[in-house]
Amino acid sequence: MPVAVELVVRVGAVVAAFLLLPLLVGQTEHKVMAHMQGRLGPMYAGGYHGWAQLIADGVKFVQKEDVTPRGADRPVFQLAPAVTLLPYLLVLLVVPLGPGDLVGQPLDAGLFLVLAVLAVPVVGVMMAAWASANKYSLLGGVRGAAQLLGYELPFVLSAASVAMAAGTLSLPGIVAAWRPWWLLWQLPALFVFFVAGVAEIRRPPLDAPIADTELVFGYKTEYTGMRFAFMMLAEYAGIVVIASLTTVLFLGGWHGPAPEQLGWLWTLLKIFAVCFVIIWLRVTFPRLRVDQLQQLCWLVLVPLALGQLVLTAAVRMVI
Amino acid sequence: MTVADVLLLGLGAVAVGAGLCVVTTAHLVRAGLYLVVCLGALAGMFLVLTAELVAWVQVLIYVGAVVVLLLFAVMLTRAPIGASGDLDRPGWPGLLVGAGAGLGLAALFVDAYRWTSVSLPDGPDGPGSAGVLGGELFRSWVLPFEVLSVLLLAALVGAIIVSRPDVGASDRGAER
Repeated sequence: MPVAVELVVRVGAVVAAFLLLPLLVGQTEHKVMAHMQGRLGPMYAGGYHGWAQLIADGVKFVQKEDVTPRGADRPVFQLAPAVTLLPYLLVLLVVPLGPGDLVGQPLDAGLFLVLAVLAVPVVGVMMAAWASANKYSLLGGVRGAAQLLGYELPFVLSAASVAMAAGTLSLPGIVAAWRPWWLLWQLPALFVFFVAGVAEIRRPPLDAPIADTELVFGYKTEYTGMRFAFMMLAEYAGIVVIASLTTVLFLGGWHGPAPEQLGWLWTLLKIFAVCFVIIWLRVTFPRLRVDQLQQLCWLVLVPLALGQLVLTAAVRMVI
Repeated sequence: MTVADVLLLGLGAVAVGAGLCVVTTAHLVRAGLYLVVCLGALAGMFLVLTAELVAWVQVLIYVGAVVVLLLFAVMLTRAPIGASGDLDRPGWPGLLVGAGAGLGLAALFVDAYRWTSVSLPDGPDGPGSAGVLGGELFRSWVLPFEVLSVLLLAALVGAIIVSRPDVGASDRGAER
């Protein structure tokens, strides 16, 4: 295949996955959450168990008026959803689906790209929060900045532990080096990465920046129509990104029976399993208070991640 | 001109333009956002020069942490939407220092390199790749690296002591 065609195919596939997977996760959340709470969830749209609910939602969002508050800083307000959403697309580009060439763009320092790019949505959150000219939005943004600055540290440290274990920064390289006993060896890092990841995408129970019962809807309060839809898409794309990173770094990606042929299936199954756990967390746990959030980060996750680094280094020295 | 030249010139123009916007805009928060653009363009230049790791570290540390901290501080104190008319910005001294430093550095680099052309290294073994950089850092440069880490640690401890009035307060109270 010529290079240009291959590039188009790869990027097209990643964009398609980027648009499709968050919708799937969103629909799963509707249904799973409903059943966990003894409800049925959407049942009418599309006929069979409300499968088309999110398509109907999308049509609804398109029809709504796109309101920019009068006091808002227009360009910043309108740019914020894109800054929040697009970094996740870039991350999906380097996540390997299967062995060999089944990855959007193999990169030598893929892990670093992922960590760097995942630090950008915070800027979008702060832009949205400040430009809305709304005190609830601003409170949400300040909370978000404090939370994301703190959780960045355990997030990066736990990812560094896997990179040390595998001896490479490339995501396909890490999956290739992964062995089942790493599940035990890297268990603390897995826990830290997962919790910090949930905090990075501002999902319940770590959703103090949004906190719909305290702050209306945090930094998303003033958004309507398509821009609100983009904000929501960013949330679900974030779930997909964190789930796929957890899968690739800690759960062995494509490892399973017949990885050469079925590798992509195992990766997708693991990603959806992690997504399910993230939804489950939302239904199960109450929201953490702001001080509890910081305590969890600095007194539990950071020491745990540092301990894991020492453990990883020690085991690497021995074997 | 190769593609790399064009990209470098374009990104450089973006970086300089955004940098100028940072110091000239009267919107406080927008200045911080222009800084994001400036640092992003700088990271892009590192990427063009095949220094992948440096580029991503630049985004991770500067965009993800430093600018966010800056915006956080601005929003906590005061963050008016719209222009602030009461910024006491020293115009001429700033211009003099900025232009002087910029022109001086430019003259220095032009004089040092003249028209030497350096071909961009390619592949995973270039000097900007993670493996090579890590090897250099932990073999030939490990001592400066460690000294710098100790310096940063000392600065961190100092910052905590300065910002917390309760640390050491009882000792001073006893002296009085």
